[in-house]
Amino acid sequence: MNKKSKGYLGLLVLFMYAPIFVLVAQSFNASRYRGTWAGFTLDWYRELFGSESILDAFWNTLSIGFTAALLATLLALLTALGMKCISKKGQVMLRGLANVPLLNADIVTGISLMLLFLGLGLRLGYDTILLAHIVICLPYALLCILPQVLATDDVLYEAALDLGAPPFTAFRKVVLPELYPGILSAFLLSFAMSADDFIVTYFTKGAGINTLTTEIYAELKVGIHPELYALSTLFFVSVIVLVGLLAMNFRVLRARTSKRRLA
Amino acid sequence: MRKNTMFRRLFAVLLLLSALLLLPGCDMLAGNEEDADDADTLYLYNWGDYIDDAVIEQFEEETGIHVIKDEYDTNESMYPRVAEGAESYDVICPSDYMIDKMRQNGLLQPLDFEAMPNARAYIGQAYYKQSQAFDPDNAYSVPYCWGTVGILYNAKMVDEPVDSWTILWNPKYRGSILMQDSARDAMMVALRVLGYSMNTTDEGELKEARDLLIAEKPLVQAYGIDDIRDKLASGEAALGVIFSGEAIGLMEANPDLRFVPAPKEGTNVWIDSWVIPKNARHKENAEKFIDFLCRPDIAAKNFEFLGYSMPNTALEELVADDMDDGARAIAFPDESIFEGQETYRYLGEAMDKLYTRLWLQVKVE
Amino acid sequence: MQKNKSLARLFVVPFGLWATIFIVLPLFFVLYSGLSDGAGHLTLANLSEIAAWEYAKSLLLSIGLALLSTAVCLALAYPLVLILRRVRYGRGAWIFVLFLLPLWMNSLLTTMAWQTILETHGVLNTLLTALGFSPVAWINTPAAIVIGMVYNFLPYMVLPLYVSVTRIDPSVIDAARDLGASFWQALRRVILPLSMPGIVSGCTMVFIPALTTFVISALLGGNKIMLIGNIIEQEFTAAYDWQIGSALSMVLMVFILLNLLLEVFSDSEGKGARQ
Repeated sequence: MNKKSKGYLGLLVLFMYAPIFVLVAQSFNASRYRGTWAGFTLDWYRELFGSESILDAFWNTLSIGFTAALLATLLALLTALGMKCISKKGQVMLRGLANVPLLNADIVTGISLMLLFLGLGLRLGYDTILLAHIVICLPYALLCILPQVLATDDVLYEAALDLGAPPFTAFRKVVLPELYPGILSAFLLSFAMSADDFIVTYFTKGAGINTLTTEIYAELKVGIHPELYALSTLFFVSVIVLVGLLAMNFRVLRARTSKRRLA
Repeated sequence: MRKNTMFRRLFAVLLLLSALLLLPGCDMLAGNEEDADDADTLYLYNWGDYIDDAVIEQFEEETGIHVIKDEYDTNESMYPRVAEGAESYDVICPSDYMIDKMRQNGLLQPLDFEAMPNARAYIGQAYYKQSQAFDPDNAYSVPYCWGTVGILYNAKMVDEPVDSWTILWNPKYRGSILMQDSARDAMMVALRVLGYSMNTTDEGELKEARDLLIAEKPLVQAYGIDDIRDKLASGEAALGVIFSGEAIGLMEANPDLRFVPAPKEGTNVWIDSWVIPKNARHKENAEKFIDFLCRPDIAAKNFEFLGYSMPNTALEELVADDMDDGARAIAFPDESIFEGQETYRYLGEAMDKLYTRLWLQVKVE
Repeated sequence: MQKNKSLARLFVVPFGLWATIFIVLPLFFVLYSGLSDGAGHLTLANLSEIAAWEYAKSLLLSIGLALLSTAVCLALAYPLVLILRRVRYGRGAWIFVLFLLPLWMNSLLTTMAWQTILETHGVLNTLLTALGFSPVAWINTPAAIVIGMVYNFLPYMVLPLYVSVTRIDPSVIDAARDLGASFWQALRRVILPLSMPGIVSGCTMVFIPALTTFVISALLGGNKIMLIGNIIEQEFTAAYDWQIGSALSMVLMVFILLNLLLEVFSDSEGKGARQ
């Protein structure tokens, strides 16, 4: 990498991380009001664990994100496997259909789902948010899984069948390992999309239930509780730690395999 | 043989998947019916940060009723959720004109004052009288908080005396003025400057007010609801249109701030009251809750958290000792300053649309 | 094997059901609501009402800002993925992760942090004054909104670009260079056409959310700049006019159709380049 590209990367990283630094700084700011620095404090971290509404919203975000990502990934996997076996034309059609929520404005998706739920006489609440999140996660999950499924070679799978493996075993032992990275990224991307979605949740949520984003939005208008800065700082730090662990894991793995190769 | 097992497995997976998909659906349908466990709950729909959580906890302890709280940021965003009936709340706290609208549209049910002795005993008669503007028979609402809309300014940035709305049109303060982002409140200021009623239904007067607001727009830093607070506290803006109750907390946070509760052209006296919607499923719990809030010790607790003026007659004695004179004057103002001040009324659907439309025209300009 | 395949085809059935109920049906609800009056009678009144200039003006402004943000995202992301392509192995992956990490920070909070940065007495202006420059009015301007959009949607541009650029066979580029093409010629004649599908999908993935956001414009525009998303949100909440809101949503749905067409078009383009 030459100096110019290094400088460019540096500037972009600064751009991406500047607001995050601000948020971290605010989580230690003694003043309740944004934009005034009144000294260092850890109070918000302490109060965070006593704030029922924030913790509730946090658990809702996690549980909805996890469930929606899991179901969307499963459905995407199933659909992708099916799509491999249908005609090109059918594939294009289904892909277009699946991409509608992706291309559609979030606000239209949110409003159309709200109209649907109300039209079907459902009560807006946890379940409607969950359904809506599966709707928005599905195209992302399919986007991650479908190319890999289409790229898999049937030969190995058929060889396994010919050698007498039952189809499901053949699938599990031969096809699934190949798809594993796609499935994992589908799940992670879906989770990120669900956890960060605000607009669709805003329109499909019911009384007395909030995810983190709707909780934050409600607070934006009435003056945000600094506990939220503390929560997001903690969350971000844990993501970094997780990535760090993953990195170490990779390095250890790589070291091991190279050692094995040398031996 | 092989195909058979494949098919069976496929079928099992499909079944599992559809079960997973259908399960939440069943839950939701069941949620529509009233179940017995639900009897000890109360669905509270309130403004954000408009009640002390400790008060709710005390209510839960004393009555065993579990409170489920949801919040809104404007009367207008609250209304559709109640009107659509997709959710049934038990007790809501709208403002004057919105109560009028909900009442006229048959969304409210009359309250049983026999079940709420505190509401009778401690809420001042003057406030019930004032409420008759939007609730003529005092049948549907119990006042909770009240106040005026005034100007909060930073004495370091504004050196002239402030007593009139017209200072919001002074080019000296370009980029330092904060206005309310709501059709009624913004139009109110312009209408009063022009000398018209804030409840006017005259299209010509309204258009004049719109043009006045458009003329003001280049001077305005932002239109906000409650985010105005942050910007005034941090000195990001010099002048802001704000509700009286918010002024006290802000003046504590930033001692340079001064409050004008009633500019000389006249202002809006607002009242937020508790009402019970028609589709409430726990009317008795809701009445218990309203009555609880009217108890003097509870009102005092709430007042210390909120800082908004309250209509509870026993309140001033209980809390006044801890307050300095400035805050006291805002929280318990001399009644004379409200003489001749208007309160918003509901003006009908066509007028609602016109106000919204004109306000939109200001905002896209 | 043929039989197996026809069975596997059934795997798309749940998705078909799902898509019918949760993708197609909701859009019909919007159409119905946009084409009816409050009482449920069909009418075109809503459409004629949204032809008013205040809606058109806001739509044009939204399109303008969204196009600008898309262009800025593309201009920022393309050099980035070119750099990432070269360092793809080893360190490159971690630089990529570095760019994806901020996605895990709540976007409402980061947008609010931009408010703190761009305010009149905010972080950026404090920095500028300290360096001897005069402060700039960032906040509540279209520029602030574009910054917010670029920040929020840049990853959506980087992801598809990264995928399509790293997929280009390095030997194709080497061949072009061997045949005497300069770096810029290789970029223009080889890399750019081959990454066209990534550019198109990146641009749509930035343009659509930028066109329809209401949060970024509310937070960084001080509610002084009304984008089409803000108006729709207002119609559904403050104004309580769902018919008008739905009619405006229908206008936005036109953009999906345009997008689908663009995608089909670019697909055939991409194939042409590959051949």
